[in-house]
Amino acid sequence: MTRKTWITLAAMVALAVLPPVFYWTGNAFYLDLATRLTILAIAAVSLNLILGYGGLISFGHAAYLGLGAYAVGIPAYHWLYDGIGDWATNGFVHIGLAVAITSTFALITGAICLRTRGVYFIMITMAFAQMIYYLIVSIETYGGDDGLVIDTRSEFPGLNLDKPLQLFGLAYVSLVVVMLLVNMIVNSRFGMVLQAAKGNNERTVTLGFNTYIFQLVAYVISGAIAGYAGALLGNFTTFISPEMMDWRTSGELMFMVILGGTATILGPVLGSAAFILLEEILVDSLTWVEHLLDGILGMKIELSNYWHLPFGLLLIIIVLYVRGGLMGLINRKED
Amino acid sequence: MAALLDISGLNKSFGGIKATDDLNLSVEPGELHAIIGPNGAGKTTLISQLCGLQRPDTGAIRFKGRDVTHVPPHRRARLGMTRSYQITSLIMEMSVRDNIALAVQARDGHAFRFIAAARKDRRLREQADALLARVGLQAKADMKAVALSHGEHRHMEIAIALASQAELMLLDEPMAGLGSEETKAMVKLLKGIKGKHSILLIEHDMDAVFALADRISVLVYGHIIATGTPDDIRSNSAVQQAYLGEDA
Ligand SMILES: Nc1ncnc2c1ncn2[C@@H]1O[C@H](COP(=O)(O)OP(=O)(O)OP(=O)(O)O)[C@@H](O)[C@H]1O
Ligand SMILES: [Mg+2]
Repeated sequence: MTRKTWITLAAMVALAVLPPVFYWTGNAFYLDLATRLTILAIAAVSLNLILGYGGLISFGHAAYLGLGAYAVGIPAYHWLYDGIGDWATNGFVHIGLAVAITSTFALITGAICLRTRGVYFIMITMAFAQMIYYLIVSIETYGGDDGLVIDTRSEFPGLNLDKPLQLFGLAYVSLVVVMLLVNMIVNSRFGMVLQAAKGNNERTVTLGFNTYIFQLVAYVISGAIAGYAGALLGNFTTFISPEMMDWRTSGELMFMVILGGTATILGPVLGSAAFILLEEILVDSLTWVEHLLDGILGMKIELSNYWHLPFGLLLIIIVLYVRGGLMGLINRKED
Repeated sequence: MAALLDISGLNKSFGGIKATDDLNLSVEPGELHAIIGPNGAGKTTLISQLCGLQRPDTGAIRFKGRDVTHVPPHRRARLGMTRSYQITSLIMEMSVRDNIALAVQARDGHAFRFIAAARKDRRLREQADALLARVGLQAKADMKAVALSHGEHRHMEIAIALASQAELMLLDEPMAGLGSEETKAMVKLLKGIKGKHSILLIEHDMDAVFALADRISVLVYGHIIATGTPDDIRSNSAVQQAYLGEDA
């Protein structure tokens, strides 16, 4: 096994073991953090399939997260207020809906977006995502701007997602399955064509591959996985708002992928972890400085509101100076 | 016998420049047909129209008796046409073997397979390695394409063309930028291929062209001013004036 495989295994074991240990030792908050991180990592891994391996810089991935979450929230809403059947709380129905809706959305928008290249592709993927955002905002029934509270979580036989540990378990297993799936796809014959098209599209076409279709299929797979992650996210937050699907969230997902290392299997997971933990640490330490300033000098500055500033700077430094993101740091020692 | 490739009345302009001017040309089965012509004569533009990357303004391209003028490039490749590039065009981030294996896969079909690992596919790997051995690059199979020299890249281009097992190879200046030793090696390689595949060869190196070609066409300002055997072309006064004369 290569060093990279070892590190991937070690990281995944740590992610499996640490959160439950925190939970059992009375730090439930860290389990929550880990669950959020794991779910966003699934979305990041799916984005990496098209962004990292396909070279398709999609700036609209949050739409899939949002659609997936509403696929849980909307049936649950009608179950509660309109008394439709219990199927509306069934987890398989939720996931089926999430995947069906997001893959259809990916197929239709992808067919159009993939006709463009470069900056145009970035802009048009973002435009489609914003379209969904405004669509949801306009639907008063589901809370519009204010968002929608999910009153009941998805129901699976033998699984209770109201129990934080079980929800984490589902997210973790899903992440592992998605990582294996994406790893399989990128190493398959299909994946070779996808990566070749990223490196040199014209050459791949003149070899005899209709790269448009390959990219579209990857786009749909990526969207469906992100939709699934969205369904999990809805179960985790038990609240969805259109904000979850605006361009900022799409940008954050892109950052996670680039920060961790594009076109690697573990990269997006490390990127999500670094992103979520860094955010937490910065807010905490700024709050600490805030209290300190208040206590000693009597200055009341809400420093923690400005955590984005050092956060953004750090991200920019890493992206600029560490080629290949965090995985680049790990791999550098290999050669 | 019907021509494998038959081009009739092809025209293509870029703004005011006529890159292809009422061009008629054919490639017979098994033939090596060379095109010579000064810089900017429209040789690469012709290849791009033949492989489908550029659309002619008017005219028709028939391949194996079928009108392919409006067939998209990936379908033309599948019909049995392959091209190499004057300016090396490889997938630089991939390994040398992966580049060739991809070309093998293009012919093999079954690209919509998502499960089995392509690099462990013995059929792809063995054929790729055999092709690399044929062009003398077996020792570099695991290196990234970007790490190879210009001459080696030219050989990779040929290995990719060979991998396709295409009936018609469109080779755009395979000797471009090669030293004299490397050119000799390339001529030897092409001699080995000749006859097994029909070839439309674009080349500036006159010695190579006269050593390899069955027929030669001379392209000047997008128009073919002469077509004939190497001897015909050598003794053609119009050609000498327009082209060969400048060299001498
Ligand atoms: N995409 C393009 N847009 C505008 N003009 C072009 C384009 N491609 C080629 N040309 C012009 O068309 C003419 C033919 O170019 P082409 O590259 O086909 O020549 P060539 O015979 O291959 O030359 P060389 O021997 O230098 O490779 C040139 O005048 C060139 O500037
Ligand atoms: Mg040229």
